[in-house]
Amino acid sequence: MEALFFNADDGYLEAVVRGYRSSILNNTAYINLTQCETLEDVKLQLSASDYGPHLQNEAHLSTSMLAQKCTDKLVQEFQYIRAHAVAPLSHFLDFMTYAYMIDNVILLITGTLHERDTHELLNRCHPLGVFDSMPALCVATNVAELYNSVLVETPLAPYFKDCLSAEDLDEMNIEIIRNTLYKAYLEDFYHFSQSFGGPTAEIMTELLQFEADRRSLNITINSFGTELTKDDRAKLFPSIGRLYPDGNLKLAKSDDIDQVKATCDVFLEYRQFFDGTTGTGATKTLEDRFFEYEVDLNKKSFQQQFHYALFYSFLKLKEQEVRNIVWISECISQGQKERINNYIPIF
Amino acid sequence: MSGANNRLAVFPTRMTLSVMKQKLKGAQTGHSLLKRKSEALTKRFRDIVKKIDDAKRLMGKVMQVASFSLAEVTYITGDIGYQVQESVKNAQFRVRAKQENVSGVMLPVFESYQEGTNANELTGLGRGGQQVQKCKDTYIKAVETLVELASLQTAFVILDEVIKLTNRRVNAIEHIIIPRYENTIKHIISELDEQDREEFFRLKKVQGKKKEAAARETLERETKQAAEGKLLAESNAAGASVHSSPVDPGDILGGEDEDVIF
Repeated sequence: MEALFFNADDGYLEAVVRGYRSSILNNTAYINLTQCETLEDVKLQLSASDYGPHLQNEAHLSTSMLAQKCTDKLVQEFQYIRAHAVAPLSHFLDFMTYAYMIDNVILLITGTLHERDTHELLNRCHPLGVFDSMPALCVATNVAELYNSVLVETPLAPYFKDCLSAEDLDEMNIEIIRNTLYKAYLEDFYHFSQSFGGPTAEIMTELLQFEADRRSLNITINSFGTELTKDDRAKLFPSIGRLYPDGNLKLAKSDDIDQVKATCDVFLEYRQFFDGTTGTGATKTLEDRFFEYEVDLNKKSFQQQFHYALFYSFLKLKEQEVRNIVWISECISQGQKERINNYIPIF
Repeated sequence: MSGANNRLAVFPTRMTLSVMKQKLKGAQTGHSLLKRKSEALTKRFRDIVKKIDDAKRLMGKVMQVASFSLAEVTYITGDIGYQVQESVKNAQFRVRAKQENVSGVMLPVFESYQEGTNANELTGLGRGGQQVQKCKDTYIKAVETLVELASLQTAFVILDEVIKLTNRRVNAIEHIIIPRYENTIKHIISELDEQDREEFFRLKKVQGKKKEAAARETLERETKQAAEGKLLAESNAAGASVHSSPVDPGDILGGEDEDVIF
């Protein structure tokens, strides 16, 4: 039924995204990129791709400049889609930007606490997460004030209700707030995507579940040996993943990587993440495997038609592509060619 | 050699000679001591140069690894620079300076130590925390190498200065001061010899003059005696032989008197 009316509203945008998708660098392009000796060569290789016009007028080449330009292109594409979208797709696209908004809010809070220049802070914010009242964030000094004066008008407001108890904003609390917000966001996004039903819900479930589980695993592993208590840790786990509730409980009680591994052994897909990563000298880190799996999932969402998950996947794949380009150019500029193949090929 | 005429303006006396000899001895002792010091410093200096070479090579490698690990972090978590900068309240990695004594030269030694808790342990909690910690560790190692290199470099500069100074002193003593003392001593000795010779000559001359005078005296006396004898003989011949006995003792006394005087 959905497929019948999909094209009326969103057919054009789906086609556009599929077009963008075909401009994502393929394996041959990556192989060519890894052969480059200098950043000049990288630019030359990229000029044949969709990045060409963006890099054309740059005289001074650096890795950060490349990253900047590639992100700009991604943002430009996303904003084009957003501008043409109608509800409910526009709402879905907005949801995707909330993740960046969280990061920006946290960045601004951190900067404000240390009395930094607002303009400098705003420049550093991710362009996808910019919202109107953002500069006003710089006046707040505690979470309650922040919520009452600024955030209550933003879509992030419901997420903040969980962490209003945190009175003082120190480093630990800020990091906890960030993760609490992210947890709330993931859960909300999950429920929102469920409301569509059909292939959108189906694919988004898988993507968001993985995202949630990845966060849980990361938080667990990264909190070993830190001040974060096990109770606090448990509060940061999103409750939508495949690990929930049983795995999350086990993760909350884990003390070392082996226990995490045992928890994941039950899940076929997650078991592979820990094969050989615990030993030292493994070429692929856990994060690399997460990225690989994420790319794989996102690629799969292009296999179906008439759904919104495609937009989400496109954004994620594009982000991974930017990371890949930055990684390759970083390896080239630092002369560390032996690790250059650690990028994640997409197509 | 230009130092041939180089000597101290002193009065050539035996006293000054002994003082000069003492000074020469002192200069020689000082020279050998300084030379030994300079050798000790040079040895140390060579060690440091070797260490600096090693440390620089190590630094190159460590910095490369460190900046690459930062690239890894950027790959996984994105730009965390700002977040890290802002969450730092006080330095965890500190440097303290100590002094080390090498043959009387004070060399500063920098020592790194860590203080306080890990400030960024929750950075990248949701993503890439391990990479952040790894990156932090590599950078700590890199800074340690830099601190070590800094203390070596400072020691290098200071030692270089001190070695130059000591060598200058050694050379000054060897080529200026010691020859000067030696020349002075030589000069004093030659002056003293000269004086000795003059004195001897003078004595000789005086003696000669005295002998001359004595000879003249004897001659005079003899002529006188001869004349007196003639006179006596004449008076004897004149008649009175009785008078001759009182005159004789008087003459003998006079002759004796002259002898006593000379």
